[in-house]
Amino acid sequence: MKFTLSWLKEHLDTQASLDAILDTLNAIGIEVEGVENPAEKLAPFTIARVLTAAPHPQADKLQVLSVDAGNGPLQVVCGAPNARAGLVGVFGAPGAYVPGSDITLKVAAIRGVESNGMMCSVRELELGDEHDGIIELPADAPVGANYAAWAELDDPVIDVSITPNRQDCMGVRGIARDLAAAGIGSLKPLAVAPVSGEGAGPDVRTDDPEGCPAFFGQSVSGVTNGASPAWMAKRLKAIGQKPISALVDITNYVMIDLGRPLHVYDRARLSGALVARRAQDGESVLALNGRTYTLDPSMTVIADDAHVHDIGGIMGGEDSGVQAETTDVLIECAYFTPERIAVTGQKLGLTSDARSRFERGVDPAFLEDGLAIATRLVTELCGGTASNVTRAGAAPTAMATHDYDPAMTGTLAGVAVDADRQAAILESLGFAVVQGTPWRVTAPTWRRDVIGAADLVEEVVRIVGLDHVPSTPLPRAPGVAKPTATAEQLVERRARRTAAARGLNEAVTWSFLSEKDAAAFGGGAWTLANPISEDMKVMRPSLLPGLLAAAARNQARGAETIRLFEIGRRYFADAERLTLGFVLAGDRTARSWQAGKAAGFDAFDAKAEILALLAAAGAPVDNLQSFGEAGDHYHPGQSATLRLGPKTVLAAYGTLHPLTAKAFDLNGTVVAGEIFLDAIPAKRASGHMRASFAPPALQPVTRDFAFLVPADMPADSLVRAVKGADKQAIVAARLFDVFSGQGVETGYKSLAVEVVLQPGEKSFTDEELKAIADRVVAAAAKQGAVLRG
Amino acid sequence: MTDLNTLQTELLAAIAAAATPEAIEDVRVKALGKQGAVTALLKSLGAMSPDERQSEGPRIHALRETVTQALGDRKAGLERAALDAKLAAETLDMTLPPAAAAQGSVHPVSQVMDELAEIFADLGFSVATGPEIEDDWHNFTALNIPETHPARAMHDTFYFPDQRDGRDMLLRTHTSPVQIRTMTSQEPPIRIIAPGRVYRSDSDATHTPMFHQIEGLVIDRGIHLGHLKWTLETFLKAFFERDDIVLRLRPSYFPFTEPSVEVDVGYTIEKGRRVLGGSEGWMEVLGSGMVHPRVIAACGLDPDEWQGFAFGTGIDRLAMLKYGMDDLRAFFDGDLRWLRHYGFSALDVPTLSGGVGA
Repeated sequence: MKFTLSWLKEHLDTQASLDAILDTLNAIGIEVEGVENPAEKLAPFTIARVLTAAPHPQADKLQVLSVDAGNGPLQVVCGAPNARAGLVGVFGAPGAYVPGSDITLKVAAIRGVESNGMMCSVRELELGDEHDGIIELPADAPVGANYAAWAELDDPVIDVSITPNRQDCMGVRGIARDLAAAGIGSLKPLAVAPVSGEGAGPDVRTDDPEGCPAFFGQSVSGVTNGASPAWMAKRLKAIGQKPISALVDITNYVMIDLGRPLHVYDRARLSGALVARRAQDGESVLALNGRTYTLDPSMTVIADDAHVHDIGGIMGGEDSGVQAETTDVLIECAYFTPERIAVTGQKLGLTSDARSRFERGVDPAFLEDGLAIATRLVTELCGGTASNVTRAGAAPTAMATHDYDPAMTGTLAGVAVDADRQAAILESLGFAVVQGTPWRVTAPTWRRDVIGAADLVEEVVRIVGLDHVPSTPLPRAPGVAKPTATAEQLVERRARRTAAARGLNEAVTWSFLSEKDAAAFGGGAWTLANPISEDMKVMRPSLLPGLLAAAARNQARGAETIRLFEIGRRYFADAERLTLGFVLAGDRTARSWQAGKAAGFDAFDAKAEILALLAAAGAPVDNLQSFGEAGDHYHPGQSATLRLGPKTVLAAYGTLHPLTAKAFDLNGTVVAGEIFLDAIPAKRASGHMRASFAPPALQPVTRDFAFLVPADMPADSLVRAVKGADKQAIVAARLFDVFSGQGVETGYKSLAVEVVLQPGEKSFTDEELKAIADRVVAAAAKQGAVLRG
Repeated sequence: MTDLNTLQTELLAAIAAAATPEAIEDVRVKALGKQGAVTALLKSLGAMSPDERQSEGPRIHALRETVTQALGDRKAGLERAALDAKLAAETLDMTLPPAAAAQGSVHPVSQVMDELAEIFADLGFSVATGPEIEDDWHNFTALNIPETHPARAMHDTFYFPDQRDGRDMLLRTHTSPVQIRTMTSQEPPIRIIAPGRVYRSDSDATHTPMFHQIEGLVIDRGIHLGHLKWTLETFLKAFFERDDIVLRLRPSYFPFTEPSVEVDVGYTIEKGRRVLGGSEGWMEVLGSGMVHPRVIAACGLDPDEWQGFAFGTGIDRLAMLKYGMDDLRAFFDGDLRWLRHYGFSALDVPTLSGGVGA
C-alpha cells in the first residue's frame, strides 16, 4: 500500500523526520518496501515563460522559442503544437536528466538551429500519460522557481507491505494510529460532519444477513460528476491511482484514507429497491473490470428488481457505475462477512482493493461515520442534496474480552515491560484495558485479528521494539552433541557421496512430469488439478524421466559424457518412496592416445553403479538375486532387477529402450538404473566391536574350471552352483571368461570359473583336491553344465 | 713368480675386454674352469713343499679372488649397461595425459542440507521429515489457516482432485506441516529441523514451482522469543562462518505463530555482490515466531504448559546467499556445467571440526 508523507500527516501530528518514520514503520511490523520522492528526479526542472515563438527555418513542425527560465532569454527548439509566446511551462536546462524519455539534455543543433534545453511534456516528467503538448502552467507561476517545489511534488511516496492480519493498516489512518502508539507524534481526531439529509433514505435492505449483516445507504441528488479537485487528484496520482471522476475518486480516496470501501450507484440505472441477497444459480454480472462473472447461491450480491449490480464487497457492476452525466447517486456503505468474501473471491478468481479489505474484516463500527464522510465529500465536491440515511441491519461490533497477564511479555517474548507502559501502548492502539488480576483487555473493533493473550504480547512487544528482546541461549544438554541423523538419512548421505565419488553429478529435477512421461514409466498415482503446465502435471513414479530430460538438455548443449544422478522421492498412492536414479549417456571413455576410439556405456556400467551404490547404502549385495521385469522403458534383453527374495526389488537397471531414448531426444546408447532406497532392509545395530582378526594359517589354492553350457543359461546360476559345491573349502568362485565361437558347439557357450579353496589346519592332499573338483563338476552338471575336456 | 703377475694382468685385461656375457664366460672358463690357468695353479699347490706352499698358496688364492671379483664386477657392469640401454629404449613422453577420471559432484541443495543438519545437531536438533503430498488439515487448518483465510490464497497451492479421509490433498506449500506431524507423534520437549521440497504454483525469474525449505521447531517449557533470537543468530553465524552476522527482527504475521517475527540479515557489498555480514543493507531471510497457542492445541498439547518457537527459510536461498548463485531456476535444470561449477566434491562432508562450508 502506498501513501504520501503529507497524506500521513493529515492524520498524524508529528515533527519526526522521514527516516525516523520509515524506521519506526519497519520496527512495528509495517514493512517499508520503498520510498520515492518525485521531487528528487524533477530537481533540475524550473518554471519558464516562452517569450517569443517563431517558425523553424528548416522544419514545418518545429518552432524556435525564446525562453526565460529566470536568467534571461534562451533559444530553444520545440516541436509541441501548443508552444506559443506567453505560455508558462516547465523547462529543463542542458545537463538535466529527463526521466520519461531516459535522456540527458545537452546543447545541440536541431535541424541547424541551436537548442539550449527543452520545454517538457507531462509524460517526459513522468507526471502522467499526456504527450500532446508541453505542460501549461498558470500565467502567474513564478518564472525561474523550482517546478517540483512550486507544484508541491516534494512529498515522499511511501510504499508499505501490510500483513494479512492488519486490515486496519490498509488505510492511512490506521498506519498513523500505529505510528502514534510507537511515539511518532499523535493521532489527530477524525473530522466527521454528517450531512443532515432531506427526505427519505434510499430503499435498501439486506435479505442475506449472514453474508451482508449491515447495509447503510444515503442518496445524493443533483450532483455534478466532474473531475475531482486538485488536492485529491494529486494524492491519488502520487500513489499510482488514476483519477477518473469526482465520485469514483471519492470512493477510492476514502478506502485508501480510512480503509473503508464504498460503492456509488447511478440511481438512474436502478429500478426498485437495492437489496443485498444471495445470487441465484447461473445469474451473471458484467463487472467494472469489463468481465462477466457467473454467480452461484453461495455469493452475496447487491441487486435491484431487474438484475445484479454489485458482487457484494468485491466489485461493482458496469451497468450502474457512475458516469460523467450521472446526477443522482446512492452511496453504499455495507459490512460483508469476511469468510464469505474470501470464498466468493476465490471461486471467481477476482481480486480487488475492496475484497482485500473486506475479507480481512473492515471495522464493523465504522459504517455510520464512513458513510457520513463519503456523503460530506460528495456534497462538497459534486454538489447536490443528500437524503436521510437508511440503515439496514447491524454489523457485528461486539468484541471478546481477553484475560491478560502483563508478565507474559517476559515469559513469551523474553522482555519484561513495565505494566503501565503496556497499558499505555494497548490503549493508544485502541484497546480497552482493565488492570485487575488478571487484566481484562478488549480489542478495538478494527482489530478482529486479536484473539488471545499471545496477540496482546505481540502488540506490546512490537511497539516496545523487538531489538529489546535479549538473545538467550537455548539450554544445552551436557556433553558432546549426540548423533541425530536417522537410518534413512544415513543411507541417503552414503549413497549420495558414493555416487559423487564415482563420478556422477547430482541433479535435482522436478517432482512432476507430463502425463505421457509418467505413463511411460509405470503411470502416476497423483495428478494435479491445477498444474502450472502440462509438462508439470503428474507426480513422478520414477526418477528417470526427469534425469533423461536433463541428459537430453546436456546433450543438446554439446556434453559428450553425461553421468547424472538424483536422490528424491517417487510418489505412489500409498507412499512417497526415497529413490536414487541415475543416467549414463554419451562416452564412457573419451577417445584417447591410450584407448583409441571413444567407448560408450553398456548395461554392465549400469550394473557396476548399482552394485557399488547398493553396497554403500548397506544392502546385502551378495544375497541379491537377478530377475527380469525391469520395466518397459528398458531394453528387454539388457536389463534386470536385483531382489532380496523374489518380491523385494531393491534395484532395476539396464540399457534404456531405444524407443524411450528416442522419446527423450537422446542420441546413442543410454544406460540407467534406479535404487529403491526405502526397500533396503535396515542394518541391525551390532555395536562398534568387530569380530577378532583370525587370518587363515595356510595360503589359499585356486583351480580353474571351464564348462560348456547352453547359450541362454545365466552365468550366475553356474557360479552359485559351483560356489555351493563345497561350502567348507570353497571361499570364492569368480567367472572370468565367457567364450563362444570356434571350438564351442553352436547353441552353447563356454564359461570359465576360478575357484578359491581355503585349506584349514592342513594343506589339501591330492585326493582331497580331486574330491572337491568332482563335487564342483557334479554341482555344475546339475545345472546342465559339462566340464570341458 | 712373475708368471702369476703376468697371468693376473692378462686375465684382468681379458675380463676388461670382454664385451658380452659370453666373452666373460670364456675368460672364466680359461681362468677358473677345470682346465683353467688359475685352476691349474691351485692344483699345483698339492705338489709343493710345505715351505713353497706357505709362500705360493696365498698368492695363488689371491689371484683367484682377484679374478673372480673382476669377473663378477664386469658381469654386473655389463648387466647394468644392458638394463640402462633397455630402460633408455622404454622412455615415455611423461607430458602425455593419463586417462581422466569422471568428476562427480554433490548438488548445492544437498550440501546445504547436510551443513544445516550438522549445525543443528550441535544445538540438539534432530532431522524430521513429512510427506510432500499433504492434506489440507496438516498444511493449513492445523496451522491456524482456516479455509477462508486470505493466507491460504496467498500460498498459490497445487491441489489434487483426490481426498484422503475426507481431507483435500495438495502439495505442501511449506515445511510447516512437519511441525504438526512432529507434535502429534512425539512428546515434548521437541527440537527438530525439517528440510525438504515444497511447492507453489508460481513461476518467474525468482520463483520456481518447486523449491526447498527448512523448518525449525522447539517445544518445551519456558521457551521464549529470546531463545529464538539466539538460535537464529547462532545458526546464521555458524552457517555463514562469520561473526559479524547482524539480525534485525521485525514484527510480522504468520497465522501459525504469535508473536510473528520476520528476520532480516544485514549485508555488505563486496566486489559488487551482496555478502551477509555487517549492516549496509538488510534482506529478508527467515520467517519465525512463537508457535501459536491454537497450533499447539490442535496438536493435542496444552498451550499453557508447552510453548516454543518455529522458523522457516528457503534452502535454495541460503545456498545462493552463501555460495553466490544468482538464478534459482538453474538449480533444477541439471546443467552439468552448473553442477560442476557450483557442486561439491564427495569428500566435502560438512563437519564441525572441519567447518561446515566448502
